Amino acid sequence: MKKLINDKKNVVEEMIDGYVKAHPEYIKRLEENDRALVSAKPKEEGKVAILIGGGSGHEPAFMGYVGDGMADGVAVGNIFASPPPAPILEVTKAIDKGAGVVYLYGNYAGDVMNFGMAAEMAEMEDIEVEMVLASDDVASAPKEEKDKRRGIAGEFFVYKMAGAAADLGYKLKEVADIARKTNDNTRSMGVGLTPCSLPQTGEPSFEIGDDEMEIGLGHHGEPGIRKATLDTADKVTDQLLQPIFEDMEINEGDEVAVLVNGLGSTPRMELYIMFRRVEQVLSEKGIKIYRSYVGDYITSLEMGGASITLTKLDDETKKLVDHPVNTPMFVQK
Amino acid sequence: MNITAKELINYFKEVVDIVEKEKDYLCDLDRKLGDGDHGVTMSIGWQAVNEQLNGKLAEESDCGKISSTVGMTFLNAVGSSVGPLYATGFMRGGKAVKGKSELNDVDLAAYWIAFINGVQERGNAKVGDKTMMDTLIPALEALVVNFDREFIPAFESAVEAGEIGMKSTTDLVSKIGRSSRLGERSKGAQDPGATSAHMILKAFLDFAKVHA
Repeated sequence: MKKLINDKKNVVEEMIDGYVKAHPEYIKRLEENDRALVSAKPKEEGKVAILIGGGSGHEPAFMGYVGDGMADGVAVGNIFASPPPAPILEVTKAIDKGAGVVYLYGNYAGDVMNFGMAAEMAEMEDIEVEMVLASDDVASAPKEEKDKRRGIAGEFFVYKMAGAAADLGYKLKEVADIARKTNDNTRSMGVGLTPCSLPQTGEPSFEIGDDEMEIGLGHHGEPGIRKATLDTADKVTDQLLQPIFEDMEINEGDEVAVLVNGLGSTPRMELYIMFRRVEQVLSEKGIKIYRSYVGDYITSLEMGGASITLTKLDDETKKLVDHPVNTPMFVQK
Repeated sequence: MNITAKELINYFKEVVDIVEKEKDYLCDLDRKLGDGDHGVTMSIGWQAVNEQLNGKLAEESDCGKISSTVGMTFLNAVGSSVGPLYATGFMRGGKAVKGKSELNDVDLAAYWIAFINGVQERGNAKVGDKTMMDTLIPALEALVVNFDREFIPAFESAVEAGEIGMKSTTDLVSKIGRSSRLGERSKGAQDPGATSAHMILKAFLDFAKVHA
């Protein structure tokens, strides 16, 4: 696959370098660790800090979400690989303002170990840490095993709500509870059309026929639950929504925020065609869309495909989802 | 037999070479089960280790320090899931031989027992989960049962048991980590972590035999 890169070994370093130089008013690299980035604006003393992180290759996630109203710092891993404990710890020390730090990340074995090790080290430095793992992907494990599910695009809502709560002055435990509640009320389901390729190998991440799609695909190119023949946008959207409805408690009169997320190379045109169908189905069911997000929020390099995320809202999370955000890659007024 | 600090460094350099040679194979295995990057991740980690072996560690005479530095360097270069797993192994192994400039048969057995116990504690996987523990746990059991003064024959049986374990992962359904989401579809491919774990053990056996 074609790529505009220099040395394949340096893609992450050069991306970070470009990013901090493009947006110095928003973000800076810590001297202690070149994979540790924090907001350029100092956080208010006494406010809970939000730390996000994960592998590279998901841009705008995760570093794109450091800014006002969302995260205070990010630890950046290699492509599709959790960051090690060292940058996580450095970010933790830099962003803690005496009120503790909430780690938000996806439920993957690597992230669990690295963030867990970092949290232990932070405790030894007397910094209180709460960890919340996103596990919104319906395709990745049955409902009874929700704790085994991976986090995909629904992580966006977890950052959004927790970031707003921290900004509004919620305490450490309260911010973590908001993040957990959001995760509990969020479900996603994805579809892959074309693979991505890691710069280091150049090989496609999975094999798929020209007329095929992978239902339930993970956002690192992990194979999904089944291959099927590609169908119309409406029918594929229905296939993604059905398992979400089967999985979550959602009834007429409920209000949701919707995210139709592109995986990297699927055009907005197709995402909006999918959103159109999501709106039709929800409106037939009498479910009200309170807010919508359509675009590339958590990608997988140049993968083709999309995911649909629904998060059920209550009065509190409606207020949080409305809270303004200003980051280099995401602005909400 | 005795392995000096210098020789231990040379062993790690051999692992660097083996990983470089086998990285495409490890990626091929991983594409069937995960995101296809196990070889890349191992290569990034061991290249970082190589820099330390040729730099800060070149004159180091404490085998424990060499091993724990290898572990920390690998961890900080890769993160991922293999980072904490292998790092914990090398750090625990290093702790078991702390302060020693030469490792005798008993030290070597203690080193690998601590290594495998460390990985086990960090990852909590069991035999049959289709992970590197399918190589490491049988290897540990064989090493413990067969070790009686002489390291090489016991470690030979450990590597053999590890190889059988590694091969057994082909027919297993993954129960842990990213590939577990594949369910039945994870059958038919050998686990890349079990494969790299076997490479690391086998490299040590070959190295020890040459230096015996």
